[in-house]
Amino acid sequence: MTKQVIAGVLVVGLMVAAAYAAFFVAPAERTMGLIQRIFYFHAASAWAGMTAFFVCFVANLQYVWRRQQKWDSLAVSAAEVGVTFITIVLITGPIWAHPVWGIWWTWDARLTSTFVLWLLYVSYLLLRTLIEEPDRRALLSALFGIFAFVDVPLVYGSIRWWRTQHPQPVIMGGPGSGLEPTMRKVFFFSVLALHALMVFLIAQRYRLEKLRTELDVVRREAEGL
Amino acid sequence: MSLLANASVLLGKELRTEFRSRELLTTTVVFILMIIVLFSFTFDPTSAESRRFGPGLLWLAFLFAASLMLQPCFLREQTNDTLSALRLSVEDPFAIFLAKLTANTLFLLLTEFLLLPIFSVLYNVPVLPVLGWLIFVFFLGSLGVSIAGTALSAISAQARMRELLLPLLLLPLLTPVLVASTEVTKALLDPSPYVSWKGIGFLAVFDLVFLTALWLFGEYLLEE
Repeated sequence: MTKQVIAGVLVVGLMVAAAYAAFFVAPAERTMGLIQRIFYFHAASAWAGMTAFFVCFVANLQYVWRRQQKWDSLAVSAAEVGVTFITIVLITGPIWAHPVWGIWWTWDARLTSTFVLWLLYVSYLLLRTLIEEPDRRALLSALFGIFAFVDVPLVYGSIRWWRTQHPQPVIMGGPGSGLEPTMRKVFFFSVLALHALMVFLIAQRYRLEKLRTELDVVRREAEGL
Repeated sequence: MSLLANASVLLGKELRTEFRSRELLTTTVVFILMIIVLFSFTFDPTSAESRRFGPGLLWLAFLFAASLMLQPCFLREQTNDTLSALRLSVEDPFAIFLAKLTANTLFLLLTEFLLLPIFSVLYNVPVLPVLGWLIFVFFLGSLGVSIAGTALSAISAQARMRELLLPLLLLPLLTPVLVASTEVTKALLDPSPYVSWKGIGFLAVFDLVFLTALWLFGEYLLEE
């Protein structure tokens, strides 16, 4: 219990520090001004979300090979947290895009493939609610998770080649395209903070899932008697 | 070799089952026809407009139809628990998938060929000059749809709300097929047609990737 409190306090501290850095330490962007500061949460959430989906993929593979309940619990926790982070990305994106690009949404490769990625993992979570028997649910959803993850690069490739109206994002081509040094530091600090938050949330969700599984086992035993 | 031998026997069984009733094929043809007709109300189907929207609408119709057509693929093995019998009869469960996905590709292609002339006439788009290439693209696209669809119908058959679930799982997964097939078809139906090798290569890669995934993980899909 105390360990979790300490971890929670640390994560909150990191998040507050990241917010302070994003608002007060990072310099204002020349053309976009204040609104550009959303970048530190938008892009960092995207990275954290992708990491969570990768964790989900690894857990899916592990479940298929090892058949241990803990991998299924980890997979569902990571998928839920990942969907949450990508939802934040999909909401903060248009908030940023509207004043800067003049439109809420553009069917650009990164936007569209993030949206499809989100849909795939929402389907994954839906599938889990529709299979009653725990072992079957774990196995089948793990297999779908593997197929979905394999699909992601293909989705990105297809949209990038044929459906992109903005070949390169007009402004802010990502950290690779030359961020100002302070901005760069603040950005990577945000990435760190949001990853800490992601790990913390997955750990919490994992604990909950474990308790639920235990409860489920006890309930099934009681019903069997 | 026993894999292919097993698969061809099972393929024969799939084809016999379908051609006895032809239920799946007739319903799918009517369904796609309906979409094609209804779609014509949403824009002005002149020749130029049809070239712009036609390929996309055609592939969207195929995808929707496939997500319905692939439902019974594993479901009808459940009624008399024939899936257990199938599993016992083959060495490698991949043979079951191979047979089913070949059958599904054939069914899809058949409906597509039946509907292509109707599409061409209704939307005023000539298809004869590029027919060979169109068939090739239809094959690559339908193969991709069938590989992913067969795998996912094995999943959805074991869940509740399966009728709704399969399209939900399948359609986002097939985004790359939709994009690439539409692009290649559009290039072929262009007033000055050309072959988009990039699109064809991409479809081949998609088919290969999912066939490999199915080969690696297929046996787990059929576990009791």
